[in-house]
Amino acid sequence: MAGFATFTRRIWDLYYDGFRSMTVGKTLWLIILVKVFIFFVVMKLLFFPNLLKTNFDTDEERAEHVRSELLNKN
Amino acid sequence: MTVVDWSRWQFALTAIYHWLFVPLTLGLSLIVAVMESIYAKTRSEKWLAATKFWMTLFGINFAIGIATGIILEFEFGTNWSNYSWFVGDIFGAPLAIEGLVAFFIEATFVAVMFFGWGKVSERFHLVSTWMTWFGASVSALWILVANAWMQYPVGMEFDPGQMRNVMNNFWELFSGIAINKYLHAVFSGWALAGVFVIGVSAWFLYKKRNAAFAQRSIKVGGWVGLIGLLLTMWTGDGSAVEVTKHQPMKLAAMEGLYHGHESAGIVAAGIVNPNKTWNNAEDEYLFDITVPYGLSILAKHDLHAYVPGIADIIQGYTINEAGDTVNTVSYEERIRQGKLAHEALRAYDMARANQDEVAMAKAESELREYYPYFGYGYFDSVEEAIPPVGLTFTSFRIMVFLGTYFLLYFVVALFCVYKNNWLHTKNWLLWILMITMPLMWVCSEAGWAVAEVGRQPWTVQDLLPTKAAISEIQAGSVILTFWLFALIFTVLLVAEVSIMVKQIKKRSLTNLEIDYAH
Repeated sequence: MAGFATFTRRIWDLYYDGFRSMTVGKTLWLIILVKVFIFFVVMKLLFFPNLLKTNFDTDEERAEHVRSELLNKN
Repeated sequence: MTVVDWSRWQFALTAIYHWLFVPLTLGLSLIVAVMESIYAKTRSEKWLAATKFWMTLFGINFAIGIATGIILEFEFGTNWSNYSWFVGDIFGAPLAIEGLVAFFIEATFVAVMFFGWGKVSERFHLVSTWMTWFGASVSALWILVANAWMQYPVGMEFDPGQMRNVMNNFWELFSGIAINKYLHAVFSGWALAGVFVIGVSAWFLYKKRNAAFAQRSIKVGGWVGLIGLLLTMWTGDGSAVEVTKHQPMKLAAMEGLYHGHESAGIVAAGIVNPNKTWNNAEDEYLFDITVPYGLSILAKHDLHAYVPGIADIIQGYTINEAGDTVNTVSYEERIRQGKLAHEALRAYDMARANQDEVAMAKAESELREYYPYFGYGYFDSVEEAIPPVGLTFTSFRIMVFLGTYFLLYFVVALFCVYKNNWLHTKNWLLWILMITMPLMWVCSEAGWAVAEVGRQPWTVQDLLPTKAAISEIQAGSVILTFWLFALIFTVLLVAEVSIMVKQIKKRSLTNLEIDYAH
């Protein structure tokens, strides 16, 4: 148990000290966070719904929709 | 433009931007690992400084590029939902594995690589650096296996009840096309990173700063790049052989070849005639310089092999798995069979609605007979099955021409760096090494265009054309998000370049022989 606690502590220190002593890394993390926010919150929620998951409740309904789409496109 | 065109442009835009970052990650992680290994062997702090410098640039590229690929998955769910359902059972598996592998390997070992100096043993740190390279390379494997499957769909069968293709053999996904495609992409990343390291190092030499560091970097970057480029050429040759067997139309488009023949030459330079169609008498090229026998060698490793052109393929001629020229099914017939497959699917649906099991079995049997050409049923004419010849032809030549140029680039850079003072005194050469560096990205993107434009009109070869794969969405939303992505990705690219330039300039003012502050 003590060994696990020490191991966990070392991992924590690795990340904590690593983040704290970053120089250029701070700018990069800011870019990553802004980017992830834009991608996952703005773009995904507003513009990129998963159409089949959003519009249909079951796999059967999804299959029927795609069947109709694929058979009516020719 | 239609919603299909805009969705294709959007996918192309995001894939092209994503691919600006990926090959540098694949190659620079290797170069960093090699440098750290040299440090571990020599215990020379000069190599430690070099390792940390390039690791910083790797980190910038990694951070800016990360998650740019996720946009492609968003597009699958929104723009290409028919496709996602139709083949999601197969296509989704490698992408899911990629997500897990990328998360666990890269997230774990990248952190140790950057934060672990002095915190973990040097041996474990070195292992972590190699694992970062390994994780990035394995991630690429799953993406490229999924892409290769779209070009050569195997290991599945169609279930008309679920209206989707169901995987029945996972291991078939690792086809010759997949392996060649994967290795070709990864090795090209090594070459690209080699050019990057040489180009940046040339700037150091040009500025008369940290010359010894720059020379060391050119040696590692040059060798990794040269080996990577030679392996890229080797796997490119393997890819051509696979494409000949499984996507002969793509090969014909790459070559602008309408009428095949034996002992076919390859066009080293030329312009395809835009007025040429598969069934008119116009010349294939406005001008061309042809290397005799080149195409026969490329396609079948045989000086005198027959290579079918677009018109021949439409009439049914192709090269089979064994490499023999065979006359199989003409495109007219494929369209007919594709439409019969659609009719059989309709009959299956009707029988299922009526709970008529005998009729269902009959319809399913017919569907299985015609299913190999299911996608052709969406076409009204054979012309629809021909990829954009001019763009594929030109992209192929840009890739090959620049690939050859970079072979010379590596040889000259390595020769000059081993001739101790050559590079220092040749400012013109340093300029060339610097300013032609971006052409490596052009070369890499041209390769992507050959693979992806050349396989049009298919999202899944022979089974699903792009026009059927598209969702029922409005063009307006795709146009809006196209420009939003164009803006976001351009900002990210500018940020990457400016942060890198700033770091390079900043580090160049320090003594990279001893100063390895991270």
